[in-house]
Amino acid sequence: MDSMTRRAGAQRPGDPTQFDLSATPLRDVNAALHTPGLSGEFLITNPAGAHNVAVGLDAPVRVQIDGHVGYYAAGMNKQAEVIVDGNAGTGVAENMMSGTVWVKGNASQSAGATAHGGLLVIEGDAAARCGISMKGVDIVVGGNVGHMSAFMAQSGRLVIRGDAGEALGDSIYEAHLYVRGDVASLGADCIAKEMRAEHHEELGRLLKAAGFEDDDTSTYTRYGSARQLYHFHSENTSVY
Amino acid sequence: MTYTQDDRARLGLRESATFDRATIAGIQRAAETGIYDIRGWGAKRALPHFDDLLFLGASMSRYPLEGYRERCGTDVVLGGRHAKHPLHLEIPVTIAGMSFGALSGPAKEALGRGASEVGTSTTTGDGGMTPEERGQSKYLVYQYLPSRYGMNPDDLRKADAIEVVLGQGAKPGGGGMLLGQKISERVASMRTLPQGIDQRSACRHPDWTGPDDLTIKINELRELTDWEKPIYVKVGATRTYYDVKLAVAAGADVVVVDGMQGGTAATQDVFIEHVGIPTLAAVPQAVQALSELGVHRKVQLIVSGGIRTGADVAKAMALGADAVAIGTAALIALGDNNPKYAADYEKLGSAAGFYDDFQDGRDPAGISTQDPELAARLDPVDAGRRLANYLRVLTMEAQTIARACGKAHLLHLEPEDLVAVTIEAAAMARVPLAGTSWIPGAGL
Repeated sequence: MDSMTRRAGAQRPGDPTQFDLSATPLRDVNAALHTPGLSGEFLITNPAGAHNVAVGLDAPVRVQIDGHVGYYAAGMNKQAEVIVDGNAGTGVAENMMSGTVWVKGNASQSAGATAHGGLLVIEGDAAARCGISMKGVDIVVGGNVGHMSAFMAQSGRLVIRGDAGEALGDSIYEAHLYVRGDVASLGADCIAKEMRAEHHEELGRLLKAAGFEDDDTSTYTRYGSARQLYHFHSENTSVY
Repeated sequence: MTYTQDDRARLGLRESATFDRATIAGIQRAAETGIYDIRGWGAKRALPHFDDLLFLGASMSRYPLEGYRERCGTDVVLGGRHAKHPLHLEIPVTIAGMSFGALSGPAKEALGRGASEVGTSTTTGDGGMTPEERGQSKYLVYQYLPSRYGMNPDDLRKADAIEVVLGQGAKPGGGGMLLGQKISERVASMRTLPQGIDQRSACRHPDWTGPDDLTIKINELRELTDWEKPIYVKVGATRTYYDVKLAVAAGADVVVVDGMQGGTAATQDVFIEHVGIPTLAAVPQAVQALSELGVHRKVQLIVSGGIRTGADVAKAMALGADAVAIGTAALIALGDNNPKYAADYEKLGSAAGFYDDFQDGRDPAGISTQDPELAARLDPVDAGRRLANYLRVLTMEAQTIARACGKAHLLHLEPEDLVAVTIEAAAMARVPLAGTSWIPGAGL
C-alpha cells in the first residue's frame, strides 16, 4: 500500500490516472469511468468505505481501489479488472457480467449476488449469502463463507477454501460448489456429489486463476443440486 | 337433470353462505390433489372499490368545462425529482409490469405497440427485457426484481425508467412463480434456469434488506445509469403509509402502489384473496405519506389494482394519484377471455369471462402462454390497436368526468370532487358519505 500512496502523491507518465475520493465526488469518478472507449489504468484513493465505487464499468480497464469500500463496489461490472486493496461491503461485484473483481481483504454479505459472469476472488472471508442467486459467475473465496451461501444458485462455480456456514446451497439449481473445509449444514436440495475428472479439472482451473494453484483438488468436496425440488409436490412441504 | 334456481327454491334446497359451492369445490379439489390452487388474475372477492365513489359534477357553485371545446389536459411527467430524463407521457394510464414468460412474445409486443400508439409506457417483468418489447415500446420501464432474471446493465441503460419491485398487490410478500409448462427453451435461457422446471423465485432482494439498504441500492442504479433514469419503487398495498414514506426516504422518484385487485400470472389463490388491502384503501394512505413529506406531485404516485374504466382513472387521480397502471384490463383489451374462444375455454374446464389459469400455459387467446401455436393466435398489430383504442377510451372517459367537475387537466381532480356511497368506502377513501359531511374516522 506504501507504493500506492507514493504513486498517488506524484503522478508520472505511465502511472495510472488517479482519483482521490476525499477530494473528488463519487459521481465524477464513476462518470469518468463510464467514458466511452475508455482504456488504461486507474487508481482510486481514500475510498473510506464509500458505496457504489466503480459501478457499471464496461471497458477493458484496470481499476485499483486503495482501501476499504462500502456496498456494491464494482457492481454490474463488465470487462474491467477491479482490485479492492482492502475489505468490501455488501454486494461486491453484484450482478457482474464479465471481467474480474479481486478483493484482497474480506467481503461482507451477498458477494457476487446474481452475477452472470466473470471472476470474483475474495482472498479473505466472505459473509452470509456469498454467491446468492448466482447466474454464471465464478467465485473463489480464500477463507470461509457465511450462512445461506449459494442460496438459489442457478449457474456458475463457487470455490470455498475454508468452511461454509449453515444452509449452504439452499434451493440450488445448477451451480457447482467446491468446499475444502467443513460445511455447517446443507440447505434444502443440496447434496455432496462425486468429484469426477472434469470437476478436478474445473476446480484446478479456478484455483489457478485465483492464485491458489498449490491446493490439492482432492481435498475438496463438490456439492450441487439433488434436483428433487424442481417441481412442486405437496410431499415436499416439510423440506421448505 | 340440472335444477334451475326456481327448482331449488321449490324443493327448499338452501346453499350455505359459509360453505357455498365454490368453497365446497375448493375443498374437494384440495382433497383430490394435495396441492394448493395456483392461478392468475387478482382478488376475485367483492371489495370496497372505486365503484363506491361518485363525482360531484359542477352546477351553481362550480363551473363545468365545455365537453367538446374546452381542453382538458392528460399528460403527466414522471420522475423529475432526481432523474435527468423524466418520462413525459401523453396519458396518465400506463401498462403494468408483466413478464415475457408469463406472457407470450406477441402479447408483449402488442402491449408495446398499444402503449406507444397513445404515448404511454409499458413495463417489463420478472424475466428480463426482450428486443421485441424494447423495439415496440416508446417508453419502457425496466423492472428490477429479487430474482434478477436476465438483469444486465445494458438493458438497464436501454430502459426509460427503472422500477425497483418490492412487491405486487396480488401477493405482497411473495416471490415470482412460473410453472414448468411455461419455462420454454427461450424463457429458460433468459432466466438461466433448466427448461421445464417449476420456477421458485425469491421474495426478497438478494443484496439489500430494508429502507437504509434501499437508499444505497437506488444510488447504485443511479450511478450505473449516470442519473438519467427515473427510479420507481413498487409496493404491494399493505402498510402503505409507512412503505411510501420509506420509499421516498430511500430516494424514489415515483412510487407505485398496487392494490390487492392487481393481477398476477401465477400465485396461490389463498395468497391472492387473503393478503393485502384494497386499492381504494391504499391510495389515501399513500397520498397522506407524500403530503406529510412535502413531496405530493413531486414524487409521483402511480396506482394500480382494478382499474377498468375512465371513471376509475379519474377517481384514483382525484384521490391524489398522478397516474394509474393497468394489467388485467390491458390483457382483456388484447383479447383475453374473448367469447370467440368459448369452446376452447370449456375444454380447459373454464369459460370466457372466468378464465384465470394464466399459470397453465394453455391460454386459448395466445396471451399467457409459451406454446408457439397458441401464441400465434394473437396478432400483435391487431391486439396493439385494440389496446390503443381501450387506452383512448379510458382517457376520454376520465376527461369527460374531469370537465364535468370543471377541471382543465386530469391532475386538477381532487378529493373534494368525490363522495362515497358506502360507509366503508367513505372511511377508506376519506371522502364524505354522499349527502353528508361525514368522513368516518376523520379526526380520530
